[in-house]
Amino acid sequence: MSLNQEVEMLRRIQLFSKVEPAKLKLLAFTSERAVFEAEEILFHQGDAADSAYIIVDGEVAVDVELPGGGRTRVARLGRDQIVGEIGILGDVPRTATVTASARTTTLKISKELFFRMVSDFPTMAVEVMRVLAHRLEHTNALLRECQDKLATSRP
Amino acid sequence: MEPNLFKYILKHSRRDQLIILGVVVVSLLFYYASLDLPKTIVNAITKLAAHADRVTTFMHLEIGLPGFLGGANLLLFDGFRLGRTAYLIAICVLFLVFVVINNWFKIYINTAKGRLGERMLRRLRFDLFDRVLRFPQAQFRKVKQAEIATMIKDEVEPLGGFIGDAFIQPAFLGGYALTAIYFMVLQSLWLGMVAIVILAVQAIVIPKLRKKILRLGRQRQLTARALAGRIAEVADGSVEIHSHDTSNYERADIVDRLGRIYNIRFDLYQRKFAVKGLNNFLAQVTPFTFYLLGGLLAFAGKVDLGIIVAVINAYKDLPGPVKELIDWDQQRQDVQIKYEQVVEQFEPEGMVPQDLQAVGERPAPLEGDIVLSGVVVADENGVKLLDGVGLTLPGNEQTAILAGPGSGADVLPLALMRLVPLAAGSISVAGKDLATLPEAVTGRSIGYAGTDAYIFPVSVRDNLIYGLKHAPVAPADYDQAGRRERELTEREALRAGNPLLDIHAQWIDYEAAGAKDLAELDLRIVETLRLLELEDDVYQFGLRGVIDPAKQAELASRLVEARRSLHSRLAEPALRSLVEPFDAERYIANMSVAENLLFGAPVGPDLQPERIAANPYLHKVLAEAGLAEPLAEVGRRIAETMVELFADLPPGHPFFEQFSFISAEDLPEFRALLGRLGKTGAAAMTPADRDRLTGLAFPYVEARHRLELIGADLESRLLVARRAFAAGLPGDLKAAVEFYDAERYIGAASVQDNILFGRLVYGQAQAPSKIGKLIGDVLDGLGLRASVLRVGLDYPAGIAGKRLTATQRQKIGLGRALLKRPVYLIVNEATALLDSASQARLMENLLGARQGKAVLWVVRHGEEARRFQRLVVMRDGRVAEQGRAEEILARMKSPSTELAAQ
Repeated sequence: MSLNQEVEMLRRIQLFSKVEPAKLKLLAFTSERAVFEAEEILFHQGDAADSAYIIVDGEVAVDVELPGGGRTRVARLGRDQIVGEIGILGDVPRTATVTASARTTTLKISKELFFRMVSDFPTMAVEVMRVLAHRLEHTNALLRECQDKLATSRP
Repeated sequence: MEPNLFKYILKHSRRDQLIILGVVVVSLLFYYASLDLPKTIVNAITKLAAHADRVTTFMHLEIGLPGFLGGANLLLFDGFRLGRTAYLIAICVLFLVFVVINNWFKIYINTAKGRLGERMLRRLRFDLFDRVLRFPQAQFRKVKQAEIATMIKDEVEPLGGFIGDAFIQPAFLGGYALTAIYFMVLQSLWLGMVAIVILAVQAIVIPKLRKKILRLGRQRQLTARALAGRIAEVADGSVEIHSHDTSNYERADIVDRLGRIYNIRFDLYQRKFAVKGLNNFLAQVTPFTFYLLGGLLAFAGKVDLGIIVAVINAYKDLPGPVKELIDWDQQRQDVQIKYEQVVEQFEPEGMVPQDLQAVGERPAPLEGDIVLSGVVVADENGVKLLDGVGLTLPGNEQTAILAGPGSGADVLPLALMRLVPLAAGSISVAGKDLATLPEAVTGRSIGYAGTDAYIFPVSVRDNLIYGLKHAPVAPADYDQAGRRERELTEREALRAGNPLLDIHAQWIDYEAAGAKDLAELDLRIVETLRLLELEDDVYQFGLRGVIDPAKQAELASRLVEARRSLHSRLAEPALRSLVEPFDAERYIANMSVAENLLFGAPVGPDLQPERIAANPYLHKVLAEAGLAEPLAEVGRRIAETMVELFADLPPGHPFFEQFSFISAEDLPEFRALLGRLGKTGAAAMTPADRDRLTGLAFPYVEARHRLELIGADLESRLLVARRAFAAGLPGDLKAAVEFYDAERYIGAASVQDNILFGRLVYGQAQAPSKIGKLIGDVLDGLGLRASVLRVGLDYPAGIAGKRLTATQRQKIGLGRALLKRPVYLIVNEATALLDSASQARLMENLLGARQGKAVLWVVRHGEEARRFQRLVVMRDGRVAEQGRAEEILARMKSPSTELAAQ
């Protein structure tokens, strides 16, 4: 894929929808493409977080490993979505294990590059916040659901 | 050490000094004779000028004693009788002979003095270094390393020059001066007296003036030593300086010091030249007196012309020696002070006695318990770190010392290693008093690993086997010439009082490591690496390492075999997309334009990627292949993209350095260049413009940068240029590149690159790990992993181990202690930098490998102590509990919380 094709593709991603094309080209030029085959792991829960991934094509599964062993799937993310941003924003180890469900092409943005883009382009920062807010809302909903289940299961 | 320099010199060089002194005395006789000759010549010429046929006696030698000694004449030789011209020639030739002889004496004496001085300097430096090896640890905290180095290297250097002169110079110069004065007095009492008076002035006034110079010299030495210490500190503290922005503070400090040194040196300089000026003046005034007084005496008929010439001639030689004598005296005081200042730094309290480090036969290893009784260790302020510790560490059991901070548990191992002095109490090992055991015994029987093992700037292997080099095991294997040279070296070393230890001898004690030879030792090292979980690190070093195919032909050909094996595996569909193999007939998209043209590994600087763009031969090849225009066009498109992408970024933005082909400073220039080309078209490109743009094309990697600049047509033209480049390579570049050849091992490339023989494809996230695993499989299949590990052992550790990670350094420190198979292994926080899981595994491995052998391990958690048979709990520098580990742990409800509560 050439740089220009990649820029075209990035433009269709919501996170970058407000970012001007010249900047997208810079993003494409300075970030790394990473292709994962099906079942390959983007990162493990507990790893040090050094980058975020934008899914250009394909699909990934997000699993949280449970303390007692086993794992639970918390999300499936597809094209145009960002994954791994929590680790670099919060400077914490990976909170989940992310696996490619099919052949997945990603744009791997290093921590430094991500912070630079966010600080250089406030529109992108707002977009990232929006994504995070959605995820928080999603988590809260799950929490409510759990509480309800707990309340009803108690005698 | 001898506190007085002169005593030190006499003690070690009496014989040499006496021999040279003897030569000096003989030389003075010839000197005297040469002084007498000019008078004879001048008088002969004046007398013989009027008498052409007069016959004169030649070589009528007699020495006259002055009147107050009886005035008798000592006849040495009666002489030949010669005609006028023959006589003149004879006396002139004789004069020449004396000049030659005197000169020879001077050369001989100076050489002998120099050699003596160098020998003594060598002895002194060795004595000082020997003391460094015996310093108590506390001394290294008091004296800066750089200062020790400056003292041994620089400060004693002038001492060497002086030592040769110490006795001979005053004898030699004084003898000369006295001979000359004696001669003058003999010629004319008056003129002699004049010379003596002026010399006396010189000898009294000038040293007074020089006192201040001496004091300044001392200050100069101390300030310069402190400067060396500070510079070393700055280098050591560079991280702190950068992270706290204190570089300017350091600048201020150094500027201040340099200023002080400048003032001292300038003051010195001024005074030195003032004294020199006075000296010269006095030297010039004397002839004036001689002319005047000599003239008057000649008028009065008291002296003849020859005497005046002879006196002036003799005087000509006088100021030099006298000045040098004064210099010598000054130097004597100066050097004595220097010597004292250095020596006092090398006489700390508590040095290791010399005999504990003596080289001897292999001692029998210690076997038995370590018993401490009433051991007290105090720090510099008298605070007791260990306070009456009494315990027994069985020689066949593994003991943990459980301790919180400040409990003294970390000091206990130091006391066992004699790294801290005992204030009271005693330690015995296998029934012997530890304090009197030679290091040859303790160094072999006890293995110690502390928190920060020092890593020497040698290979990983040499760092690991450092603990096996106690004494020469077998002499070096010399050929005839080598042995002769060695004998000479030894003779000279003996004269300088250096020991005859030969660095080229076989020092590695294979037996101590349980090996017979180097190959077995490597096996032992690999076992140790495995215990330490360091095997994979070293394997990676091996992959990154290089081998010389000429020296390791067998391994090189096996690695080419591994290359073939890997490439047959790469044909599998799942792996095919991960590597782009090297192919002389194909353009490699994952490699830069320059690398594609070179298609080989550069050797030496000429064809390195960053310099190849400027190589005239490459430019010639490109022009002939018709690539000058197309590559400039590629460069122009790159420049356009860079200007577009980076124009808005502020200069200094890290993206420039990380990603841009053009630096921030050059960007405006390229923008202007592009603007110019836009107007006039590419046809008007100047050669300079073309060079600049072509320079951008060389580092371009199609697969990585993805600007779609290298089409099929350009690819084939670049391949033509690649072939032309190799075919016409001029002789001077032949050694600068090793071309890729699928059948040959490339010595300039790493082991991994040789096996891979291609490039990883950009953007394949898992390619490095998948291919890494594949290479591992291939090497295992061919039984080559051990060989690669061996290459990895040659990996240089860097200065203070800087090329290794902190954990690798710690593990190597442990490995060093393990490899010599000590009777007792002491581990003092030597795994502190590892994560807790690795620490636990390592402990398990080591304890397992040393079943039934003594281990003493300082642990922080009760959990860790469960692995040991015995446990000692330390509290406030005292033993709180000792006994079977499980019993004590059972008694303590929660060892961790109990310790935390201390």
